[in-house]
Amino acid sequence: MTGGPPPAIELRGINKRFGPVHANKDVSLRVPAGTIHGIVGENGAGKSTLMSILYGFYEADSGEIAIFGETMKIRGSEDAIAAGIGMVHQHFMLVDVFTVLENILLGAEGGALLADGMAAARREITRLEEEYGLQVDPDALVGDLPVGLRQRVEILKALFRGARILILDEPTGVLTPQETDQLFRVLDTLRQQGVTIVLITHKLREIMAITDNVSVMRAGEVVANRPTAETTREELAELMVGRKVLLEVGKRPAQPRRPALEVEHLTVIDEKGLRCVNDVSFTVRSGEIVGIAGVSGNGQSELMEALSGIRSIDSGEIRVNGTRVTPVRPTDAKRMRQASLAHVPEDRHRMGLVMPFEASESTILGYHDDPKYSGMVFMNGRAIVADTAGKMSRFDVRPRNPFLKTANFSGGNQQKIVLAREMERHPDILLVGQPTRGVDIGAIEFIHKRIVEMRDAGCAVLLVSVELDEIMSLSDRILVMFEGGVVGEVAATDADARTLGLMMANIVPDQETAEAGHG
Amino acid sequence: MANPGGQLPAWADIVMLPLINVAMAFIVSGIIIAAIGQNPFEAVRIMILGAFSYDGALGYTLYYTTNFVFTGLAVAVAFHAGLFNIGGEGQAYIGGLGVGLAALALDGSLPFILLLPVTIAAAALFGAGWAFIPGYLQAKRGSHIVITTIMFNFIAAALMVYLMTQVLIRPGQMSPESRVLAEHAWLPFMHEALGWFGIAAARSPLNLSLLWALACCVLVWLLIWHTRLGHEIRTVGSNQTAAVYAGIRPDRTIIVAMCISGGLAGFVGVNEILGVQHRLLLDFSAGYGFTGIAVALMGRNHPVGIVLASLLFGALYQGGAELAFENAAFTPDLIVVIQGLVVLFSGALGFMFRPYLERLFARPVPPALAEA
Repeated sequence: MTGGPPPAIELRGINKRFGPVHANKDVSLRVPAGTIHGIVGENGAGKSTLMSILYGFYEADSGEIAIFGETMKIRGSEDAIAAGIGMVHQHFMLVDVFTVLENILLGAEGGALLADGMAAARREITRLEEEYGLQVDPDALVGDLPVGLRQRVEILKALFRGARILILDEPTGVLTPQETDQLFRVLDTLRQQGVTIVLITHKLREIMAITDNVSVMRAGEVVANRPTAETTREELAELMVGRKVLLEVGKRPAQPRRPALEVEHLTVIDEKGLRCVNDVSFTVRSGEIVGIAGVSGNGQSELMEALSGIRSIDSGEIRVNGTRVTPVRPTDAKRMRQASLAHVPEDRHRMGLVMPFEASESTILGYHDDPKYSGMVFMNGRAIVADTAGKMSRFDVRPRNPFLKTANFSGGNQQKIVLAREMERHPDILLVGQPTRGVDIGAIEFIHKRIVEMRDAGCAVLLVSVELDEIMSLSDRILVMFEGGVVGEVAATDADARTLGLMMANIVPDQETAEAGHG
Repeated sequence: MANPGGQLPAWADIVMLPLINVAMAFIVSGIIIAAIGQNPFEAVRIMILGAFSYDGALGYTLYYTTNFVFTGLAVAVAFHAGLFNIGGEGQAYIGGLGVGLAALALDGSLPFILLLPVTIAAAALFGAGWAFIPGYLQAKRGSHIVITTIMFNFIAAALMVYLMTQVLIRPGQMSPESRVLAEHAWLPFMHEALGWFGIAAARSPLNLSLLWALACCVLVWLLIWHTRLGHEIRTVGSNQTAAVYAGIRPDRTIIVAMCISGGLAGFVGVNEILGVQHRLLLDFSAGYGFTGIAVALMGRNHPVGIVLASLLFGALYQGGAELAFENAAFTPDLIVVIQGLVVLFSGALGFMFRPYLERLFARPVPPALAEA
């Protein structure tokens, strides 16, 4: 500890309260320069608050911040930038209709006339791109870039402002596995160039893959600091949750019965005229979980939306329990629900819940016509609240308050509300999209268990997830989608990440691998 | 955690914030009054007396209130569907046309007891019809409702001028007015109705429409929070994607909500034509539709809030008129300035003080606590 260069970041005894909530309790943290430091913790553990204090969004009630050995007060993001701290937010702060260059320059124009600043910025960006391997076309419109590149623009923005410390808040939440790999390569280069990186995440795999040290936060406190090489996912998970966590899903072999969902030659054409789902045929039997693997954006979302009646289909047929239910109107989610098909949408914020609604109102979304909830004229408020309270206790939704606004629940609890709503209909078919996205680790275990229980009760489950681990551990069969088509099918017992990865990139595994897989 | 300010307790949000806004409007008005050399406190005294105390003052106040309740509810219903209906003015105007046409056609043949529901229905139908077109264009063609409803206000005004000068004008007369309705078609004045029960009240334009306005408040409350349609309207208004996911058709819901909104605005016609003017004429909508926007904003789109906000604006209208009458220094223009300031602070700047109030009440519930 003595001698050597001062740490890039040193926090001493940081306290922050929001009213009765002690969001950061006496937090101390030391991040050596030129390292990648992971901060893990469940949603609401205080990670984001801590970083917001470091970046000047909030001021700590007490405690000290030292940057490169120099104690300072950070009162706003300008102070943070001046101290060499850059932040890449979970939700990008970019102007879609501006070019990359214009976005990077935004707020750092350096004069009333743009031309000079632009030319200087262009030179600087070229230098940064070369130094850090951050290739991106400075004249491309940000709105046209894929998510991974937009994030790269955010990183460039921070570096352009002279950041020597980079804070990334849940950077991989929106990335495909490939984009995540690219990001990690970039972070590695940055580290080699001496940039200090703080990575906030709740994905343990990422911590293990890229960080040098890791701090675990729980309920506002740092409960452990570990060199990454000396810890394991299991240990970190336990530290985060405060109890032992099963990372593997325990399930018996599937006992598939009659076909519940049959899809034949389904084609969906999207708003841009692309065949986002192209002649897809498959069957899901009751009592099995079929997973759809694929790099996100290869038609999985559109397939789920078409099957649940949210997106109009171009051609093809959908049968539920042998009955043809192909939608007649462009969108008719009600009809699919009546056919006993329930849908847990990928994006619970945008689709699965109504954020300003009370929990009890979100719990009847899509089922408000049910006579259980609604009489001839008026809704049966008391029945709805009682029903919600029951669902909340069965699915362990916290806080157990049916009147609380949906937006005020944490991600995991919001997801439990959606799952409770859809699963307790006891549907014959359950479509599940990204069941554990943005959900903390304790809830993941619970959600996985419930999905397997549904299967064992005879439900046909179709699962889409960008987490390959999740697909492999939950599914009984795995379909791989590529550019709108199903390019392969594997039994879960034969699946491994490498084979699936190749199939997801539409590279047919060579004979040797295939044989090895069967042997 | 992204929202550091967190939320306000409900009572602060619903009661305190509007009160602060109104207080600010009055403070600025006071400064203006002082600047023209008048005593602001004297002005306030006259306004309050003028709105509540003089003979018939309360009646006038409540008569204005009635109109604001209708237009405020209209804006609120559309708002719950995520629509900003600023066409209440035109819908009120055309609603009044419906009342007038129905009454003119039937006052010779129907008794009051039948005429009343027919004219109320006509008001709703005409107002709804006038809102249907912008609603349809929004739902099916994506034409922005703000633009179309503004334009429909102008179309309504032009249409009424044409009808009143060319078609419905009483033959042999210069002013653009229809014939007077048969007296049995008139909605009884409140002072008459109170008289039946032996209660003496000063004459005022206040009529039984007030009761219908209060009934509409209850109906809107039931509709929005206790019916399937209300659930659908609020779902569409809060999150259209979620609505589609839930099997709700946003296009149909938008059109229905706009029709209900227009119908409510149309009831201004019942108050004005059947209750006060007793004939069809020009400009009876008199800006009530526009003020309804401020009323709804201030009343937080809730019927109770709308009643209170309507009462405030009713008092401002009546008290302001009294002030202009009492003291020549207070020209009608100055009254408009005061009313405008209240609209400005409670409507356009309605959330200006919210962040400060939030900081005062800063008590977010981060998920950490929620989990505990």
